[in-house]
Amino acid sequence: MTVAEFFGCTFLAFGPPLAMFIFTIAHDPIRIIILIAAAFVWLLSLLISSTFWFAIVPLREYLSFGLVFSIFFQEAFRYVIYIVLRKTERGLQEVTQNSRVTENKHILAYVSGLGFGIISGAFALVNVLADSVGPATMGLLSGTNVFFITSAAQTLCTVLLHTFWSVIFFNALDTSRYSHVAYVVISHLFVSCLTLFNKQELYYATLIPSYLVTILTGILAFKVVGGSLVTVKRFVTCQ
Amino acid sequence: MNVFPNRTLNRSSSSDSSGADETTALMDGHISDSHIRQPERGIEGLGGGNDQRKGRARVTTDPNYGTINDSSGTDIPGVHIRPNAEATRSAANGPARRRRVPPNENGGPPNEDDEWLEGEEEVLKYGAQHVIKLFAPVSLCMLVVVATINAVSFYSTKDVYFLYTPFHELSPDPGTKIWNALANSMILMVVIVLMTILLIVLYKKRCYKVIHGWLILSSFMLLFIFSYLYLEELLRAYNIPLDYPTAIFLMWNFGVVGMMSIHWHGPLRLQQAYLIFVAALMALVFIKYLPEWTAWAVLGVISIWDLIAVLSPKGPLRILVETAQERNEPIFPALIYSSTILYSYMGTNLPNEITHSAANHSAGNRLPATGNMPLNSAANAEGTPLVTFSSQINDANAGFTQEWSSGSNQRVARRQIEVQANNTGNSNRSTEYRTITTDPEQSGSANPRQQTVQQMEEEEKGIKLGLGDFIFYSVLVGKASSYGDWNTTIACFVAILIGLCLTLLLLAICRKALPALPISITFGLIFCFATSAVVKPFMENLSAQQIFI
Repeated sequence: MTVAEFFGCTFLAFGPPLAMFIFTIAHDPIRIIILIAAAFVWLLSLLISSTFWFAIVPLREYLSFGLVFSIFFQEAFRYVIYIVLRKTERGLQEVTQNSRVTENKHILAYVSGLGFGIISGAFALVNVLADSVGPATMGLLSGTNVFFITSAAQTLCTVLLHTFWSVIFFNALDTSRYSHVAYVVISHLFVSCLTLFNKQELYYATLIPSYLVTILTGILAFKVVGGSLVTVKRFVTCQ
Repeated sequence: MNVFPNRTLNRSSSSDSSGADETTALMDGHISDSHIRQPERGIEGLGGGNDQRKGRARVTTDPNYGTINDSSGTDIPGVHIRPNAEATRSAANGPARRRRVPPNENGGPPNEDDEWLEGEEEVLKYGAQHVIKLFAPVSLCMLVVVATINAVSFYSTKDVYFLYTPFHELSPDPGTKIWNALANSMILMVVIVLMTILLIVLYKKRCYKVIHGWLILSSFMLLFIFSYLYLEELLRAYNIPLDYPTAIFLMWNFGVVGMMSIHWHGPLRLQQAYLIFVAALMALVFIKYLPEWTAWAVLGVISIWDLIAVLSPKGPLRILVETAQERNEPIFPALIYSSTILYSYMGTNLPNEITHSAANHSAGNRLPATGNMPLNSAANAEGTPLVTFSSQINDANAGFTQEWSSGSNQRVARRQIEVQANNTGNSNRSTEYRTITTDPEQSGSANPRQQTVQQMEEEEKGIKLGLGDFIFYSVLVGKASSYGDWNTTIACFVAILIGLCLTLLLLAICRKALPALPISITFGLIFCFATSAVVKPFMENLSAQQIFI
């Protein structure tokens, strides 16, 4: 049972990102490198925010404090990677055999966003998953037996959100639409703060709004990269 | 067939793109190999796809890698990422200059800055490709180690220690532990240095048999004894019974195939798989037999040693390679992971024009424009994905490294030519490096045949990473995972990969042979300790309360 739960949660959380990785990233070396670089940048942001949390001893009990700071650091580092990618764009053009990476600048945003998402999802879930294999089972004595599955679902949400956020964020900075930047930061804050309810096991209160925000953000990201109903129709009808 | 000790190129190399030569300094074997192959090609006429394979630069290798296998732990993290591309690129910098930098076409003296930039671009171009070709095996090696550490408790329990680490860190006092760890790692270091010197002495005295014996013995030990131990522990961990005859049968086949594919020839994939496995085994041995803090100290010390051995002018690795070069002979087949894909000649598969642009492209745009190649078709060339090259290997013996058997004749011939070239050539080589290649500019109105030869022969690119690097990367990740925190493992993994990327990037910028350990290991160590000290409690709290940041 625990093993089944392990695999179920793993694929729930990392199945879609894995598919995205395989179909959109894996074939292009430069994208893999950018993905890993984005993951590294996210790690840096996590390192700084947790150092912050760790250093301020009196507030260590209050995770919400660390949470808010961590979000700001993450967004700051998203900006950092934006700057870095834009600065090196010319170099990238030279580097890539497949010039599509730089031709369509949303690809860079997507790749770095997926990098952010995968690493943050991995960090959030991987230890939980390792525990889920057993021998213990969650929810027998205390806790809730949906702990793992809700964690996995929330992780998937985070991964997708990071991808969308990066696409919106990069484009907003390119076109100076600062309302979109604000949307990214605020929705990030909103979703993360929602998960504070998880402690009270109010999973409906967190997962449903989170997924609503994910869908909204996804639609916004789709629009930002130039999609519209027409393109969807064309896609569906294979024109 | 014009073979020049290419002084012009050399000079420009040392100024604008000396990286090529310097990189080769360590790996000179390979590089000279690839250059020298040219005459060989010339001699054979256009050898066609088959010869290509002979060129696979497995030949060379840094002899020190051999020591890696020595179970006594005397390995030298040799580390040399060798961008062949870079090497060959600089070799043909001239044409590139002609083709891609229009101002120079107008007869002005070649602008070295331009060349430099160009070179960098090209290096980066192949860099992206080859970084990934290294990522996969490095990740695989780490995966094997991490999986084993987590599955087989044998490798994470400490009971027996290396002979070289007499201090077992049993005292609870941290001061004593640190002192023990440092002393242990110093002892290990001294052993490594001594072994290196011994190797150099042997090599200088031309005791090839001894060295080959040494290498073969050490890989024999790893492939038979340590693999047997591994199998035994694996079976024990999963509680699987296996009778001795079957086990011996399996081990015999495994070991013999391994010895053949490492030291003689075998499919490239198989050889790579064996090398990865050998590196993983060695890393496991280190994790198992080094005391806790000694392992960390060794990681630090070894990367410093790596810096010295690679960068200092009297670095042992350098001396060794210089000697090999003096003698114009390939260094013995030590153990080094080769990502080299020998790009077979495109002509067989592609329409003519594409062939040209593609070949030009693959050769780093450094070929002079040939007849049907428009001068400014860079865009065309740019669009050709390099990846296809690997899939175009179409000859029957694809995947076989032949240089040790059938290639030997050619090697002799080529060596002779090189010697000759060196004799006629000057002594102008500023340092220990020399690059021999046809100079397309001098061959000027080059007959197409020759150019084709050049084209073919420059298509070989690859990065080689010493097995020492594999081992120590894996030791780091394995140690990190032995504490049971997956976040630390992932952080180390990402940090090491980024370090590898940065090393390659630096290689493109500095144009010097660079050790692959220091950056990666530093990053890895920082992230390992920072993650386990600071990030881990934070993330544990977060995931216990299901808070997602």
